[in-house]
Amino acid sequence: MSETVSTEQYLNMDLLRFTTAGSVDDGKSTLIGRLLYDSKSIFEDQMNAVEEASRNMGDHTVNLALLTDGLKAEREQGITIDVAYRYFATPKRKFIIADTPGHIQYTRNMVTGASTANLAIILVDARHGVVEQTCRHAFIASLLQIKHLVLCVNKMDLVDYSEEAYNKIKEKFDDFSSKLEIQDIHYIPISALKGDNVVEKSENTPWYNGSTLLYTLENVHIASDYNFVDCRLPVQRVIRPQSDKFHDFRGYAGRVEGGIFKPGDDVLALPSGFTTKIKSIETYDQKLDEAFPPMSVCMTLEDEIDISRGDMIVKPNNQPEIGQDIDMMVCWLNDKKLIPGKKYAFKHTTKEGRCVVKEILYKVNINTLHKIEGETEMGLNEIGRIKIRTTTPLFFDSYKKNRSTGSIILIEEGTNETVGAGMII
Amino acid sequence: MHYNLSHLDQLESEAIFIMREVASQFQKPVLLFSGGKDSIVMVHLARKAFWPAKIPFPLMHIDTGHNFDETIKFRDDLVKETGAELIVASVQESIDKGRVVEEKGPNASRNALQTVTLLDAIEEHQFDAAFGGGRRDEEKARAKERFFSHRDEFGQWDPKNQRPELWNLFNGMKQIGEHFRVFPLSNWTEMDVWQYIAKENIPIPNIYYSHKRKVVERNGMLLAVSPYITIKDTEKVEERIVRCRTVGDMTCTGVVESPAAVIEDIIQEVAAARVTERGGRADDKRSETAMEDRKRQGYF
Repeated sequence: MSETVSTEQYLNMDLLRFTTAGSVDDGKSTLIGRLLYDSKSIFEDQMNAVEEASRNMGDHTVNLALLTDGLKAEREQGITIDVAYRYFATPKRKFIIADTPGHIQYTRNMVTGASTANLAIILVDARHGVVEQTCRHAFIASLLQIKHLVLCVNKMDLVDYSEEAYNKIKEKFDDFSSKLEIQDIHYIPISALKGDNVVEKSENTPWYNGSTLLYTLENVHIASDYNFVDCRLPVQRVIRPQSDKFHDFRGYAGRVEGGIFKPGDDVLALPSGFTTKIKSIETYDQKLDEAFPPMSVCMTLEDEIDISRGDMIVKPNNQPEIGQDIDMMVCWLNDKKLIPGKKYAFKHTTKEGRCVVKEILYKVNINTLHKIEGETEMGLNEIGRIKIRTTTPLFFDSYKKNRSTGSIILIEEGTNETVGAGMII
Repeated sequence: MHYNLSHLDQLESEAIFIMREVASQFQKPVLLFSGGKDSIVMVHLARKAFWPAKIPFPLMHIDTGHNFDETIKFRDDLVKETGAELIVASVQESIDKGRVVEEKGPNASRNALQTVTLLDAIEEHQFDAAFGGGRRDEEKARAKERFFSHRDEFGQWDPKNQRPELWNLFNGMKQIGEHFRVFPLSNWTEMDVWQYIAKENIPIPNIYYSHKRKVVERNGMLLAVSPYITIKDTEKVEERIVRCRTVGDMTCTGVVESPAAVIEDIIQEVAAARVTERGGRADDKRSETAMEDRKRQGYF
C-alpha cells in the first residue's frame, strides 16, 4: 500500500478473489510471499515471527510458507492442511487469495477455494513442464467455472530464461486447455524467487511482451463475471418490524443473485406463481433505483402475497427451471462414500431440504478427463455426474448460467458434515 | 462499468448476508460485543441487515472488569440508541463462583479466563450461534477460520476437521448442545474496518483517538496504568500522548504513541504501520500458537 491512502480512492477499489494452485515445490508459497511482501502486506512482527519459527525448525532460509501455514499441526508436519485466506491491496484493487494446499485432500481444498474465485493462478515448474497435477488443477478451475486462468511458468531462472522452454509448456497447455471451458487464459514466465515478471517486468525475458503477474491481476476484466441478465432474488428472511412507525412494512430480504431489479418492475414469486410489482428497494441508508449482484437488499412489493424463506423473486418472462430431479456434477468431500439410494440433507440458495441419490452416471478421471461408467460409489476427492431427487422443487439455473442458483451442497444427516459440492447441469 | 460494487460494498453485502443467514438458520443467536471497533462495526452491520426492524438478537459483553471507562459508557449509549438487549457476563462472577482462578504476578491477565465465562454464558442462555468480530488477517490461526465455525458440546474448535465452505452456502446444522461461532468480518482487513468507519461515519470510543495517558513500558509495549496492573519497582510511569489501536482488557492491550486525532489520521497511521494491530496484544505473545490454543478451548 502506498504511503498516503486517499479514502476516495480506497472506496473505489474493486475486489478480485483468486485461488492459487500448483503441485508440491512449484513455489506457490514463495509467490504468495512475494506478492504480500512487495505490496507491503507483511508486517514486521509477522516477518519476525516467521524468521524465528524458521530458525526453530532448523531452516537456513526464511520459510515464507509459514506465513500461511498457521496451524500447529501444519507447522509441525511442514504441510498445509487447510485453505488459508490472505489479503493484499494495491491502489487499484483489493485481493483475496484462497491459498489451497497441494498435498492431501487436494481436490476438496481446491474446489472450496475455487468456488468463490474469479481467477485461478496455476503454477508449473519450468523444468518439469505440464504435469498430471497441472491438468487436474485446470480441470477443476474449468469445472468450477472460473472465468480467468493465469498459467505461471515459474523458476524461469533455472532454465536460463529460455524462450523455447516457455513456449513448449505454453503449447502443451494450450493443447490440453482446448478441451476445457476457460474463456480467458494468460501465460506468464516468472521467477517467484528472483521476482522476474511478478511485480516488475524482467530484463531476463526480453522475448516476452506480455504483462507482469501483478499487472494482470490488477487489470483483468471482472465486472461482467456476474449474471446481470436473469433476475433472481432468493428470499433469506421476511422483515416485519411491527413497530408504530413501520406498522405495515413487509420486506423481503436477500442478496440479488442475478439480473437487475428496479422499482415498478413486474415480478413473480416462486413457488406460488403470483405476480406483482416491486414497490421499493430499501436499504438502511436510502431507497435504491436499482439492485444488482451481489447487493444485499430488502424489497417491498405492491401486493401482499405469501412469500417466505426459500422462495424466489424473479421476472414473469424469465423464470428459472423448477424441478425435483436434478442432474449435476458433484465433487465428493468426505471419507464416507456416496452411494446411490442414500439420503442427504441439501442447501441450495436459501432453501434447505432432503434428497436421495438416484444414480451415478459416471465418474471423471481428472487426470485424463475420461469418463468411467458403471461405478457404484464415489469416494473422497472424486468427481462425477449424479442424479438426485429432492423432497421439494428447487428453483435453479445451470451452474454455467449462474454460479449461485446453480450450486448445491449435500450434507450427511448423521454428522451434519458438508460432504458433496454440486454443480447443476 | 456502472454495475460494479466497490470492494467495501461487497464486503458489507457479504456481512449482511451472513447475519441474515444466522438470524434465519439458528434459534438463538447472540452478538459478542467487546466495545472494540470490530464489534461496533458488527452492530452497525446488524442494524443495516434487519432495518427497519430492530436487531433480532441480544449483544453480550464478556466483562473482565478491567475496562477502559470510556468503553463501558460507549457500550451503554449504543445499547440505548439501538434498543438492543444487552447481556453482561462477568469474569469476576466466574472467579467468585470458583469456576476459574485468577492469575498471579505482574503479568496477570483475565484474558484467558474469559473463555470459561463465555462458554458458561452460552450454555446458560442456550445460545446456538455467537457472532464474533474476528478477521482472518488478524492472526495466523484466524486465517483458517470459517465464516460458520462449528463448536462441539464443550465449545471446542477442531481446526483440522472443519467443514468445507463452498460458494455462499453456509451449513449451520448441528447436534443439540453444540453451537457455532460466526465471523461476518472474516474477509475484512484492519484497513477495511477503518475505511468503513470513516465512510459510514460510525462513532467509536474516544480512546481510539490521541489522548494523554499514564503508561508504563513492558516487553516493548506501552500499557495503560490502571488499578488492574501491578507496576514493578523497576518500571517507570510516564505520561504520553497515545491512542489504542485495539481495545480489550486493560491488562493486555497495548497503547501506541500517536498524534492521530481524527479518523483520517488513523487511516494514514494504519497505512504506514509496520506492525500488525495484534502486535500490541500481550495475550498473543505468550507462545507462537497462543491464539490457536485459546481458540481450541473456546476463545473468541
